[in-house]
Amino acid sequence: MTLTRFVTKSAFRNRRRSILTVLSITFSLLLLTMMMTVWRSFYIDQGTAQEAQRLVTRHRVSLTQWMPAFYREKIRAIPGVVAVAPNNWFGGLYIDDKPEHFFAQFGTDPDEIFKIFTDVRVPADQLEAWQRDRAGCVVDDQLAKKFGWKLGDRIHVNGTIYPVNIELTIRGIFHAPQPTSSIYFNQTYVEEAVAFAKGQAGTFDVLVDTPEDVARVATAIDDMFHNSPQPTKTESEKAFQLSFINSLGNVKAFILSICFAVVFATLLVSATTMAMSIRERTREVAVLRTLGFTRRSILRLYLGESVIVALTGGAFGCLFALLLISVLAHAPGMGMFFGGMKVTPPTLLLAIFVAGVVGLLSAVFPAYHAAKLDIVEGLRYLG
Amino acid sequence: MAIPLSYNVRNLKLRKGLTVMTALGIALTVTTAVFLMALLAGLDKAFMTSGDPLNVLVMRKGSTAELSGGFDASLFPTLKTLPGIATDGQGQPLASGEWVVVAVLPRKDGTGEVNVSVRGLMPAGLALRMDEKDSKGQPRMKLVEGRWFSTGQREVVVGKSIHDRFAGAKIGDTMDFAKGQWKVVGVFDSGGTAYDSEIWGDVNQIAVDFDRQGGYASVYLRATDPIAADALKNRVSDDQRLKLDGSLETEYYEKQTSSGGPIKFIGTVVAIIMAIGSSFAAMNTMYAAVAYRSREIATLRIIGFSRPSILTSFVIEAILLSLLGALVGIVLILPFNGMTTGIGNSLTFSETVFSLHLTARVMITAVVFAVVMGLAGGFAPAWQAARQDILTSLRA
Repeated sequence: MTLTRFVTKSAFRNRRRSILTVLSITFSLLLLTMMMTVWRSFYIDQGTAQEAQRLVTRHRVSLTQWMPAFYREKIRAIPGVVAVAPNNWFGGLYIDDKPEHFFAQFGTDPDEIFKIFTDVRVPADQLEAWQRDRAGCVVDDQLAKKFGWKLGDRIHVNGTIYPVNIELTIRGIFHAPQPTSSIYFNQTYVEEAVAFAKGQAGTFDVLVDTPEDVARVATAIDDMFHNSPQPTKTESEKAFQLSFINSLGNVKAFILSICFAVVFATLLVSATTMAMSIRERTREVAVLRTLGFTRRSILRLYLGESVIVALTGGAFGCLFALLLISVLAHAPGMGMFFGGMKVTPPTLLLAIFVAGVVGLLSAVFPAYHAAKLDIVEGLRYLG
Repeated sequence: MAIPLSYNVRNLKLRKGLTVMTALGIALTVTTAVFLMALLAGLDKAFMTSGDPLNVLVMRKGSTAELSGGFDASLFPTLKTLPGIATDGQGQPLASGEWVVVAVLPRKDGTGEVNVSVRGLMPAGLALRMDEKDSKGQPRMKLVEGRWFSTGQREVVVGKSIHDRFAGAKIGDTMDFAKGQWKVVGVFDSGGTAYDSEIWGDVNQIAVDFDRQGGYASVYLRATDPIAADALKNRVSDDQRLKLDGSLETEYYEKQTSSGGPIKFIGTVVAIIMAIGSSFAAMNTMYAAVAYRSREIATLRIIGFSRPSILTSFVIEAILLSLLGALVGIVLILPFNGMTTGIGNSLTFSETVFSLHLTARVMITAVVFAVVMGLAGGFAPAWQAARQDILTSLRA
């Protein structure tokens, strides 16, 4: 019997206890992996290459202030800007105000918007049909699936910000890299119905030629309108989205405290198990010592055991996290948090590493005691 | 016959280390669950106490929040002369045309920028709110420091939460938003309601700065009594010429409690996953307890204790263990009671500040939650203990 095999065998000698410990660590690590994934996608992930080339310009005071629509042409004149389109939050209600019926409606320019959203795919004939129908719209494919919409269907949206109810014909169904829960329609349609909407824009989406130029263009836009009555704030698409997450409260502290609680709980569970397991084997330790095992090797044996149990739990936890996140990422209504979220290999490695460290730490005390044991005392031990 | 409870207590004491570690594991789960529940309880409280039943809030038909849309100022004279509106000392009706807008301000602790609600009101709007009474009949609104803003000046008063959480929100400071500087002249306390997260200024000044002249987002009418409030609300909503909707201010805030939705969802998922993990740990401890005591259990059987009473005894031991965990968990969270935090509100599109609220209900739920964990972890081992074969166990 090799040493590794010996350690593995002893780790699972009390099968029920080991399975229970592994399960307990599995659930903790599942949570930890989920939290780390959320953290990564909010704060570390820089988004796709296409996202990195896009900017969002809004009124400096806040999103609820509008900018003049002519800003679009002024922004377009800045070197490095490839395309600009207005993007106006309509904020209407579909059917009623229940959260399950919520989706975003944006008024925009059909001729240019998909030149900016380069990663969104819409069939050319459908795009052309939308461009030709002023009362048409294009919808997210996930959203169409959810509500059972087909091309040619009419959707009725009641205005809350604008005093108008709009009737839109679905002309196209687009596919975005992650579910967006949104529809796009021609802003002119609303402008015709509501006088005060004319010549106003909520935000502008800007496509920059290279990612390196993004920062320079953003500053150039804000500098251009700096002393005007409607100053702007331009930020990357990622930063713009993050500001919505931040408005939910102190998300960072929230995630960190859950992670801390989970790691500490895992440590406790693992330590309890190792303490029980090692105490049971006091006599065995003495026998091993008489056979010639050094104190050091006994210490290593037990530390190895604990790490193996914790790593097994960690591996299962990661596996479940992969499954759960992929379910949540595609579940309806989860777009804000989990939409498009993926567990990456570095996150998995980190989770497994944490599990290993927890396993190691939890065994230090009991293993040290076992190694220090007096042989004669140990042989006399009755349990 | 039942096995005395002291038997279980002594057993837990005997194996101190194991008991404490398992209980701590349960405690951590309870702490997390209690924290999330207290957060939701605090949020509910902030919205449930916000609004006054005598205030009728008038908005454009179809508009779901004060932030969205507005209506022409020419409708205001019609509204303020409706019957059933209370009057101030000079006989003027308590009716106020208002704007609610959003400004982005930096947090004091440097954790980024936050959307904050800015409300423009008429002098009658202040009088109307000073008229509000809490459940004990005392005025709810208090000016803690300084004075109210004066009409026609670039002056603001800030809610207590704004005063505590944002830089430059002390008396004498200037705040920089919209088209320039605003002087802070006072701090008010609305008794923990949503107003505490607002900045108030003169309606005309705010309207000019936020490009919203010529209308109001909402009109507040103070009714003389609850029946008049109801009548006012219906009258406004039913008048076809106005195209406006009236609602009681309390109804308006009740709808905003849904902002806790995301926390509720994530909190439930986190609590359930942690609870499953803790149940397995408790099960482990209880199996060990049964294994150590197999000879003892056999002796108990011989003395005459029945299988059901052994089963009950071990289940009770598991529950005691989890109750200890619940107790530690609640004690761990006590220092956080009353801690304030902000949450994004989907209707006002800005931050509403509320405090963590450890209610009796939250604590009872925590205890029940812990007991369920104890039961889940303790039943199988107890079952095994009860079904042990006496002779084999005695020989072990």
